[in-house]
Amino acid sequence: MPDYTHYATGEPVVDTKAPEGPVAERWDTRRFQAKLVNPANRRKHTVIVVGTGLAGGSAGATLAEQGYHVVQFCFQDSPRRAHSVAAQGGINAAKNYRNDGDSIHRLFYDTVKGGDFRARESNVHRLAQISVEIIDQCVAQGVPFAREYGGLLDNRSFGGVQVSRTFYARGQTGQQLLLGAYQALSRQIATGGVELHARTEMLDLIVVDGKARGIVARDLVTGKIDTYFADAVVLATGGYGNVFYLSTNAMNSNATAIWRAHRRGAYFANPCFTQIHPTCIPRTGDHQSKLTLMSESLRNDGRIWVPKAKGDDRPADQIPEDERDYYLERIYPAFGNLVPRDIASRAAKNVCDEGRGVGPGGQGVYLDFAEAIGRMGRKAVEAKYGNLFDMYQRITDEDPYTVPMRIYPAVHYTMGGLWVDYDLSTTIPGLFAIGEANFSDHGANRLGASALMQGLADGYFVLPSTINDYLARNPHTEKVDAHHPAVAEVVAETEDRINLLLSVDGDRTPDSFHREIGELMWEYCGMARTEDGLRKALAKIPEIREEFWRRIKVPGTGEQFNQSLEKANRIVDYLELAELMCLDALHRAESCGGHFRAESQTPEGEAERRDEEFSYAAAWEFTTTGAAPVLHKEDLVFEYVHPTQRSYA
Amino acid sequence: MTRTLWDSTVGKKTIMAVSGLIMLGYLVAHMVGNLKIFFGPGEFDGYAHWLRTMGEPILHYEWALWIVRVGLVAAVVLHGISAYQLSRRDIRARPAKYVHKRPRASYATRTMRWGGIILVLFIIWHILDLTTGTVHTSFEAGHPYQNVIDTFSTWYGNVIYIVAVLAMGLHVQHGFWSAAQTLGVGNATRDRVLKTLANVLAAVLTLGFISVPVAVMTGVVS
Amino acid sequence: MKLTLRVWRQQNAETPGAMATYEVDGISQDMSFLEMLDTLNEELILAGDEPVAFDHDCREGICGACSLVINGDAHGPERTTTCQLHMRSFADGDTIDIEPWRASAFPVVKDLVVDRSSFDRIIQSGGYISAPTGTAPDAHATPVPKPDAELAFENAECIGCGACVAACPNGSAMLFTAAKVNHLNVLPQGAPERETRVLDMVAQMDEEGFGGCTLTGECATACPKGIPLPSIAAMNKEWLRATRKVRR
Repeated sequence: MPDYTHYATGEPVVDTKAPEGPVAERWDTRRFQAKLVNPANRRKHTVIVVGTGLAGGSAGATLAEQGYHVVQFCFQDSPRRAHSVAAQGGINAAKNYRNDGDSIHRLFYDTVKGGDFRARESNVHRLAQISVEIIDQCVAQGVPFAREYGGLLDNRSFGGVQVSRTFYARGQTGQQLLLGAYQALSRQIATGGVELHARTEMLDLIVVDGKARGIVARDLVTGKIDTYFADAVVLATGGYGNVFYLSTNAMNSNATAIWRAHRRGAYFANPCFTQIHPTCIPRTGDHQSKLTLMSESLRNDGRIWVPKAKGDDRPADQIPEDERDYYLERIYPAFGNLVPRDIASRAAKNVCDEGRGVGPGGQGVYLDFAEAIGRMGRKAVEAKYGNLFDMYQRITDEDPYTVPMRIYPAVHYTMGGLWVDYDLSTTIPGLFAIGEANFSDHGANRLGASALMQGLADGYFVLPSTINDYLARNPHTEKVDAHHPAVAEVVAETEDRINLLLSVDGDRTPDSFHREIGELMWEYCGMARTEDGLRKALAKIPEIREEFWRRIKVPGTGEQFNQSLEKANRIVDYLELAELMCLDALHRAESCGGHFRAESQTPEGEAERRDEEFSYAAAWEFTTTGAAPVLHKEDLVFEYVHPTQRSYA
Repeated sequence: MTRTLWDSTVGKKTIMAVSGLIMLGYLVAHMVGNLKIFFGPGEFDGYAHWLRTMGEPILHYEWALWIVRVGLVAAVVLHGISAYQLSRRDIRARPAKYVHKRPRASYATRTMRWGGIILVLFIIWHILDLTTGTVHTSFEAGHPYQNVIDTFSTWYGNVIYIVAVLAMGLHVQHGFWSAAQTLGVGNATRDRVLKTLANVLAAVLTLGFISVPVAVMTGVVS
Repeated sequence: MKLTLRVWRQQNAETPGAMATYEVDGISQDMSFLEMLDTLNEELILAGDEPVAFDHDCREGICGACSLVINGDAHGPERTTTCQLHMRSFADGDTIDIEPWRASAFPVVKDLVVDRSSFDRIIQSGGYISAPTGTAPDAHATPVPKPDAELAFENAECIGCGACVAACPNGSAMLFTAAKVNHLNVLPQGAPERETRVLDMVAQMDEEGFGGCTLTGECATACPKGIPLPSIAAMNKEWLRATRKVRR
């Protein structure tokens, strides 16, 4: 087998759906050009939606409202548990309710720049336009956003932008938006417009004659593997951050749906673009199963520091002021503690690597509120951050009012995902990807409060418009059923994989492999990446994969509720995805956004983009397991926001 | 609307709340009437007689009393049937018990069902004892003062009565507050007031009713 | 820490279950309760046994998946979700009883996993505002007084975990239903469906086989999100109002 790193470069991939013309008119143009499906014919079309988070829930509800027959899946026991529920901070919208100079164009500009010029202008502009409608929609659904005494909506500034455009519902914005989508979906379930399969996990995609026609899914209660058919399939299955084992993702969030689609022909774009969030609670030991994020609003008042001396293990209150290093304030005097996420994360890693980290294992830095409490008084700090302080205390058993918090970066979001065109269609006709599952809008780095915006934009507004065009142009007359050879083959492959997992009967648990691949990825494909490290990882991953199939132990049978089997099956896909992430990180020999290559930095140690070589989205085509994929480049053209090197010094 | 009320758990609770409050109102009046025993046989027997002539001359002799009796029986029956049906439903909703047991809710709350059964049994005995005289040893119609003294001169008369009054007190303590919640009167700011009112009502009724047998036993009333 | 665990084991909905006893050692005070169970499960797998099945997902107290009755308390001794309960709440040598939610409307799926789809059906019966995508007026078209918005939010915080039902001696879902009714009915956007919402949701709640409310207050004590008990009284008020006013 040829070396995995010796990939071929294929034909460029082109977004054929994005219209020409002024960026502000493209979405209108596209909607007008798109063919429509006669309302009376819509109920004859079945659309499968996998996932019930912000993107999937809103898409399922909206498609059913339009009259399509929607068959929807979630692996949780209820659609309300999708991990969008955990988003804390807020959702951006260019409402300019504060009259502070915000506009659709400014949100567009901020997002392209924040994404370090690796996103498509057309998509981002559409996102900014739609942001306004999202807030209207959510308020109409009864989402209880924070309000002021006059009864109007409150806004705050978030993630280092200079306008207040973030709408929020205390620290539970994701929960409230998700419940809004869940309730809209529930209404459609009651009317019969949506047929919901909870506790049912997609295991593969059915492609017939080059078009997506259904999925293979396993009923997690009975273990029955079944096929479901449709005229189009929508993946809203979220990101793949769990490949790192420890992340802020939910335990069961996984990459299987998108990875299986990738194996069936959908290109995977920019897999190495992962976002590491600087303010998470550090791990306490090897038992750690996941990491908890704390809103980055804490950085508005908290000061980040470590001891100046290596290995200084005195308690924080015994380290005098002049022996502390407020390193963000020192290195970035203009922005101080409010530098963007990637910069704050990397700086924390650097000081810990120098041996100046605090807490267990030296994997942490202080986030100190002593100065804020002195300045604003304890009451004001309590009012602003009380719920976050409580959460911190519950997890760590330390009182952040008296002892500085300890924080450390953690994997939080993946900007990469299935490649989609302007219509959110993948390279498999009839297969769409929305929300975090696609790669479209955030480039190499996502701004705070923009994930919720993108998920809902895709689900409520973009996909329901663009899918019409596909369905109108592809009226499926020939029925596909379980007897079709292409279908039988996918089912057989799925059953074989499950049976193989159950039959190895080795001596290692699924979690032990997940932990191993996660630690490897964090080490070599985490906050800072080097060619050497990536090559090491690429050499190691096939070994782990081989060992996995030799030593995995999955107790129980396939015909029952079997959580070990679910886990093991997801790890199979992580072990392939990890390889692609490392390859993508290796090939992109530049630093941009969340992707930092140590070889590509300015003399001051800042990330250095190399636009002349890498101003493209890397879309990878699968060949076979362990063999080099084929790279297809989508060139990025910037007509409105001209690339500049970010500078926060 | 009647069907909606009867078919719903919330509706049945409403019926219980309203019938309970009717009975509570009666209890207050009954307790106040009882206290007249402290002013001698003349006043007490006269009060008993007035109960029968109440409403005259518009109403015939004893009509008003019968209207009250019918109303009370209706309240008791509705309260009892609702309680029975809701309880059966509650037990069905929670068929498997936890292996690890621990006491749940307050004593008054936990004893609502048994307390209710005790009260029903007591009411039957109480009517047979002091209204019809069926189980009374020396009943004389028209002489309630003497009948009461006779009942409370027996040890079992006192025991039955005092146990029932204590059960009534607990039942009122949770029942009144619970009825307020069911009727939607309760809210966060009013909660304290309602709980205090429930406690005061329960205490006053309990002390008021118990004062009679205690007075007979101690010879204050004879 | 060394602990003795007594865990409810049940193969599936049809087979009867029983408590099984396990010993775990080397438990750290900093572990969450679920990480302690992870440790047990790793040992069980290597010993060739089936691990204990339990629902969990976000592990940060917001998805509502985790659902264990620990020593007789829904979500254990602290007022939080099971995933946010830490082993420092227990002492070395403790025996801990772990059982699933108990209610006939929550049948056991396996071990500690129960089926809570009855909650979803209550929401489907009316726990929404009919606002199809695209129909919304500007977000500022209808101001909402801040106290109303706060009250709506307080009720909207419900995570649908079912601790209220598990803690209630009657297996009643009144607090869950009340939280959603109050969230939507207090907002002007929810007003047009105010009556049908409460009537339909209460009817569905009864239909699912939940018990009635006897105001024991156990639900509000167990609720990890602090949905207050007066929410139930507020729903009763809405229900009585609706029975008088409804136009069908």
